[in-house]
This record gives sequence, structure tokens and C-alpha cells, in this order.
Amino acid sequence: MSQTGALMGFVHRRRRGAELFLLVLALAVGVGAYAAVGLGVDQEVPANLFGYGGWLAALLVGAHVVVRFAAPYADPVLLPIVAALNGLGLAVIHRLDLSDNTSFARQQLTWMTLGVLLFAATLLLIRDHRVLQRFTYTSGLAAILLLLLPMAPGIGTTINGARIWIHLGPFSFQPGEVAKVLLVIAFAGYLVLHRDALALAGRRVLFLDLPRGRDLGPILAMWMVSLGILVFQHDLGSSLLFFGLFLITLYVATERPGWLVLGGLMFLLGAVAANHFLGHVATRVNIWLHPFQYYDAASGSSYQLVEGLFGMAWGGMVGRGLGLGDPTRIPYAHSDFIIASIGEELGLTGVIAVIVLYGLIVERALRAALVCRDGFGKLVATGLAGVFALQVFVVIGGVLNLIPLTGLTTPFLSYGGSSLVANWVIVGLLLRISDQARRPLPSLEQDDRESDNEATQVVKLG
Amino acid sequence: MNKPIRTLSLFCLLLFLALLGRATYLQYYEAESLNARPENRRVIEAAYSAERGAILVGRTPIAESKPSNDRYKFQRTYPQPNMYAPITGYFSYYSQTGVEHSENAVLSGDDSRLFVTRLVDLLSNSTPKGGGVQLTINAAAQAAAFNGLKNLGPGAEGSVVAINPSTGAILAMASYPSYDPNQLASHDFKSVAERQQQLEGAPGSPMVNRAIQTRLFPGSTFKVVTAAAAIESGKYSYDSQVPGGPSYQLPQTSGSTGLVDNEGRDCGSGKISFSQAMENSCNTSFAHLAVNIGADQLRKTAEGFGFNQHYLDDLGPQVTSVFPQNLNPPQTGQAGFGQFDVQATPLQMAMVAAGIANGGVVMKPYVVDGVLTPALEPLPRTNPEELSQAVSANTADQVTKLMVDTVRSGTAYPAAIPGVDVAGKTGTAQTGTSEPPYAWFISFAPAADPKVAVAVMIQKAPGVERGEIAGGTLGGPIAKAIMEAVIHP
Repeated sequence: MSQTGALMGFVHRRRRGAELFLLVLALAVGVGAYAAVGLGVDQEVPANLFGYGGWLAALLVGAHVVVRFAAPYADPVLLPIVAALNGLGLAVIHRLDLSDNTSFARQQLTWMTLGVLLFAATLLLIRDHRVLQRFTYTSGLAAILLLLLPMAPGIGTTINGARIWIHLGPFSFQPGEVAKVLLVIAFAGYLVLHRDALALAGRRVLFLDLPRGRDLGPILAMWMVSLGILVFQHDLGSSLLFFGLFLITLYVATERPGWLVLGGLMFLLGAVAANHFLGHVATRVNIWLHPFQYYDAASGSSYQLVEGLFGMAWGGMVGRGLGLGDPTRIPYAHSDFIIASIGEELGLTGVIAVIVLYGLIVERALRAALVCRDGFGKLVATGLAGVFALQVFVVIGGVLNLIPLTGLTTPFLSYGGSSLVANWVIVGLLLRISDQARRPLPSLEQDDRESDNEATQVVKLG
Repeated sequence: MNKPIRTLSLFCLLLFLALLGRATYLQYYEAESLNARPENRRVIEAAYSAERGAILVGRTPIAESKPSNDRYKFQRTYPQPNMYAPITGYFSYYSQTGVEHSENAVLSGDDSRLFVTRLVDLLSNSTPKGGGVQLTINAAAQAAAFNGLKNLGPGAEGSVVAINPSTGAILAMASYPSYDPNQLASHDFKSVAERQQQLEGAPGSPMVNRAIQTRLFPGSTFKVVTAAAAIESGKYSYDSQVPGGPSYQLPQTSGSTGLVDNEGRDCGSGKISFSQAMENSCNTSFAHLAVNIGADQLRKTAEGFGFNQHYLDDLGPQVTSVFPQNLNPPQTGQAGFGQFDVQATPLQMAMVAAGIANGGVVMKPYVVDGVLTPALEPLPRTNPEELSQAVSANTADQVTKLMVDTVRSGTAYPAAIPGVDVAGKTGTAQTGTSEPPYAWFISFAPAADPKVAVAVMIQKAPGVERGEIAGGTLGGPIAKAIMEAVIHP
């Protein structure tokens, strides 16, 4: 909780002009990719290019204006990166639509609109992120309820073996995505209050200062419940994500690396046990180790993974070009495997660009955490950055066969409303925290001016 | 809390570096092997949608891609399907064989020799096309070969190979029965799969390229190798007297199993001239010769001609012709007239003829003359390569004289061409079963300056009576037709 920046007289610039410039570039990526898709598939520029581009531009400019007024000191790089990723995702989904005769891109654009609206609402309604600390337990409870929802009969549905969806009328929703944000807030709120107790009170066992049960109890319970639900819902990816989130926030709050060691051991134990006792986990691990052996398997087939690998290999360095590859061979190319579609049509170059953009988001979020002045903001930003990094690693690493494949959405790129909306809210929160962190300290300046005034009015006493 | 955040950012950096590294490995280093995997349909789909280069004989395409209006932009067609199927192979959704397989990189345009063309295509934004493959095949010789086999009647099975002795260029390569690669190149994949299954189980195995994939007893045509080995050993020459007689008891044997006879041909008694032994294809003489010179000398000469070796890169898979190791004397005697475990492909026997024709130097056979750019401009051609020096030029000359005598006044007379000295040798190999024998014929012409060497192998000819099946009567006319096609175009 250092205030070095302010103390050394360094004041962050607003940099809103830079943001606008980068947004124009991001818009060029989105609209350019959309035009390239039209050229690649139909050999003509899409007729609705201006309507589409206009809508995208309106959304982004709207978001920019909101940031300019509601969070003038916010980080100027985050919004353009997110806009570029979202635009690229839309174009790729549109490209797959053209081949499959689906209309996911239209729905995704609607979701993006909702996401931007919620992003604006986040910035406008939450003028100071510290108010969220009041909702620590409410968020925790809400997260657990949300995670439980898919288990409820009637509205919950099982898709591809994972019971993580709810259906309400025409809408389907993945509550885990929202629960992710709520859990970050809950963990951060709880840990910032109890960090001293967790770090200092308690007994030392081996290398680790074990905290008292009453300090750790609630958070552990919250974590166990969420993890238990996920195991029952067969959602490996989210389990991994929440476990990582818990570990990261605990480590940052207590500054005790011992937690990482313990957590790492627990993770290894859990992974070995899951591989041993859970059939669907063992299948994933086998496919990971021997992808080609299961290509034609009737159940537990590696077809999707291998086709993704083939697609990326086929794309090579520079890709086949948008609309010129064959990504529809990959099942779910528009959601979990969108990075394989990008690899096929935009090549290694495109994949590296996307990964670097994700890396920049994480870097920017962690930077906001570093300069943030309050512990709660630090924990929330770190938690969000950690969740984001883990999610990107788990899903892209899975598609690249670096780690066993687990179903997760690729943030901002994948088709999926809940994920897109939740991620826009995450960006809103990050901008809010970075705005607070980078904003010059008003009280200090005022004090100085007052003392100066006093100095002119009163006879100098020394 | 800043220290753990910094540690965490290093951890995140590692995660992202791992992703970047893996993506680079996958899409750059591993891409080629992934593209080559048989399950990978993208490569073949793309091949179906791109204009594949043509395979040419002379200036005539025997495989070309024509625009198509269905799911794919181009349809592979074979204008003379059955005649050229053993060479072109087929290009189906599921697999490729023949030149379509071995020259795939050129035909698809991925070969490094076509790099400049590819670059120009890229810059001028024109659709890339595959390069062409020019074959060494002589169209007239190929037609003579295929029609000769076809005219043997229904149910016939056989193969013909013709080689340019001085280069190793394959001038004709026919296998019968054959198949229609158009049916396998169809875009109706269901019918392709059915047809492929049908062909694989069809009588006569039409998909087998007998010229390089069927090896049989070469029978009496192998006597050319025995004669060459005998002369090369220094113990015999064209003018020598060799052992003759109506029968010969192989060493270390007794009774009828080890008794070699001549099936009624005149092989005199006692000593006869080398010419007479060759002209009348005397088993007794050559068994005796083989025993006299020994298994090692015989094997060394046979291997010089290509036995026990792999030498054909342009088509595959090539079956290796066999001359067995460690023969005892009676086995050596049988090997001397192409029985026991000696087995040869038609290409191998053509190389025996070509080696003798080329002064003992055996050239490496090849069927791809050169690569053409998509605009059919030639790129550097295949350079003829020497495979081995099987026998000395002197030996080759003397064997040539023996073979010329065999055509002039011996069993190989059906291959005689008026005004041209033809060297030839017949073979009628026992199958070892109740099946009719295999008929073989090898020859080359003109004897003084050979332009073409031929091997004909007839595995089955149900239309011909068993007594009529002999290398000379069945194979001779086919060989003659091919030689005439090359010498008198």
C-alpha cells in the first residue's frame, strides 16, 4: 500500500487521446477482419460493412466517452485491446457463420452491446471500487447460488457432459462466468480484512504459518463449496480457475509463499486423484498424451483436438487467410476452439498477436494492482488478472495440446453471451481500479495550497 | 502486497511464454509432420480444390486436372486410364499411388524447384498451380506393350517393361489387368470407397503394378545372367564348348528330384557349343555351368544386374528381386536356369537385358524425365545414373552374340525384325504347382547399338492352350512390337 507515486510528485497523465487513437486502430482490426472475411468467403466486401462498422464504432466511442467522463485517469490501453479482441472474435464467428449457415455473430454482437452497456454501467454506478467491499459476503453467497443454479431441475441443462448452463425461456446462460467476478470480490473483501490475522496469528507447522481455524474457515468453506459444485457439474476448467484464484489472492494477501507450495501440492494431489477416480478426467489426460490414438474413437474421441492441431499446422506461419481455410472441420470452432480457427486462417502470426494482447491485458491489470492505493483494490485487480491469465492459459493451452483440454471460453473471442458480458464487466472494474490508482491525490494538493495561503496571510513564525 | 504481485506477474509471464513457445512449435516446426499425417484431410481437400499439375507423355497429358462444378474446383482425369494406370497411379480422396504419390510435391506445387513460380503467383495474385511431370515413357511403345498383353485374351495376366539401355529411362511399363483411376479420383467419395474395395478384391489384382510388384521365377531368361557370369569368370567364352546332353544329375542328388532335363529340345550329348546351349535353352548345360562357376560368382553377377537391391525411386513400392544367399551346389544348379528361389520382377529382367545391351553397365531405372513449371517450361532434367558395372564390356559383347544367335536360329525367333539384329532369350518357368508355366521373354535391339531393352512376363493366359505357353511364342511378338515402335517410330 505504498504511495510512492504520489509522494515522489509523479502524477499520471490521463492519456484519453491515446486511448481514442488506439481505439481507432482496434476498430480497424475489427472492421478490417470483417471485410476480409467477406472477401475471402464471397469474394466481395460485405454489403453491410458500413452498418456493421458504424455499430461497432458507436459502441466503442460510447465506451470511450463513458471512460473519459467517469474514469478519466483509467488505463488507456485496456479498452482498445479488448475492443480489438472482441472485433476479431466477431469477424471469425461471422466467418464460421458463413460456412455453417448459422447466425452466431449477430447474437454475439447483441451480447457485445449488452456487455458494453454493463461496462458503462459498472463505471457509472461504481464511482469507487471500495464500495464493493461492503458486499463481501453477499457476493460470496450470490456466487454459490449462481453456481448451484444449473443443478436445479427445470432450468439447468447438460451440454457436452457439463451441467453448467441454465435456460430461462429463450435465454441460455452460464452462471459460472458471473460467479467468477463475484468470487473475486468476495475473496478480496474477506482477505483484505483478515490478512493480518491469516498471516500472523496461528501456529507454525514446517515451513508454513498455519492460520487459526476461525480466520481461514469461512474462506475455505466458500472455496470448498464452489469447488464441490464444479466437480459435480463436471466442469474441470472452472474448478481449476477457482482454485487458482483462491490461491493467488491468498498468496498476495498474506505475502506468504508457503501458500503457493501448499496449493501446488494440493493441486498435484487433486490432479492425480481426479485422473485416477474420475473417468472423464482420465480420458482427457489420455487424449492429451496420445492425441492421434483416439482420433477415431467412438467415445472420448480426440477428433476435435486433432482437427484443431491439423488446422493450426495447416495455417502455418501466416495462415490461409480469413475465409480460405477449413476451420468448420473443427467441432465448436466458434467457441472453445476459436483460437484454432484463428491459427488456421491468420497463422502463427495471428495466434501470437492474440496471445500477446491477452498478456497485455494481464500486465495492465497487474500494473493497476501495483499502483492501487488500497488493499481491496489491489486484491480485486490481482484476482481479476490472475483469473484472466489462468483462463487464457487453460483454454489456449488446451487447444494447443500443451495441457489436457478443459472446456473454457476464450475471453472476448469465443461465442458466448455470459462470458462476453462478464468479461466486459471485469474490464469495467479494472478501469475503475486503475482510475482510482492513477488519479492524483486531491487531499494532498489541497493541503499544500492551504498551507501556502496561510503562509501569505500570517506572519512567518519560523 | 506489491512483492507477491510482482512475483505473480513473473508467473503470468511464464504462462504466456509457454503458450507462445507451444504455438510456435506447433505451427512452425511440427506443421510439416502434422500436414503429412494420413488422418489430415485438409491437405487432400486443398489438393482437390487446387489445379494439380499434369503428368505428360511426350506432349500428351495422361493425367490432368479439369475444372469441375461440384464441391471442388478441379477434377483429376486420366484420358488413357487403363494403359497408364500402373505408372500414374491414382489420386483419390483416401490415398495416392504411382507418380501421383511419388511426385506429389511437384504436382501440388509445393516442391522447392517451383519456388520462383509460387512467388510470382503470390505477387501477381493468381491462383497457384501445380507443376507438371514429364515421363520418360514412349507412347507408341507403351501402346504396343499394353495392347500386346490385352490381346492375349480375357483373364490374361502379365507385364511388360521397356528400358533405354544407355540411360535407364523406362520407355514402357504395362501391367494387365489394369484399372480405371478415373473411378477412384471421382468426387463421389462413397462410390470411390466402394470401387476401391471392389478393385482390391478383384480377380487378377488389377491394382498391382506387376512390373515392379510381382516377382516370379525368371526361368530360362535367367540363363543370360548365368552365361554372363560364366564368361565373366574367365572359364568360358562365346566359342567355348559347354557340357550338353539330354539330362544332368545335380551334384549331391540321386533319382528324379535332382535330374534336370531339356523337355525334348536338342542339346546334343557330351560337349556342345555355347550357342547351341543358348539357342535351345538347354537346362542341363546351364545347370552344369552354374555348378562349375559356383554360387558366389553367380550371385555376384546377379546382384550386379540389380538382384537383392532397391533401385527404383520414382514408383513404389518396388519389390526387391531375389537371388538367394548360401546356395549349395544342387540349388546353384537349379538357380542357373532361373528356378529354385531365384525370383525376379519384369523390371529386373528388363534391366538384365539392358545391362548386357549397354556393355555390362546397368543404369538406374527412372520414369520421371523432368519437372515442368505450371506453364510447362522444363526445369533441369533427371540425370541418368549408373547403378553398377555388372560384367565387363567384353563379356557383354559375347553374351549379346549368344542372344542374337538365339533370335536368329533359336527359341527366340518370334522376336526377329527384318533388317535388324535382335538379341533375345525366352523363358518358360515352372510354377512349381499344377498351374500353367509363366512365359518370359527378354530382348534388346539393335544388337550393335541398342536403343531399347524389353522384358515381357505373362503370368496367366487362359485363352492359350497349356502346351502353347512358351516365352517365345507368347512374349516374342509383344517384345517385337515394342522394339519396332522404338526403332522405327
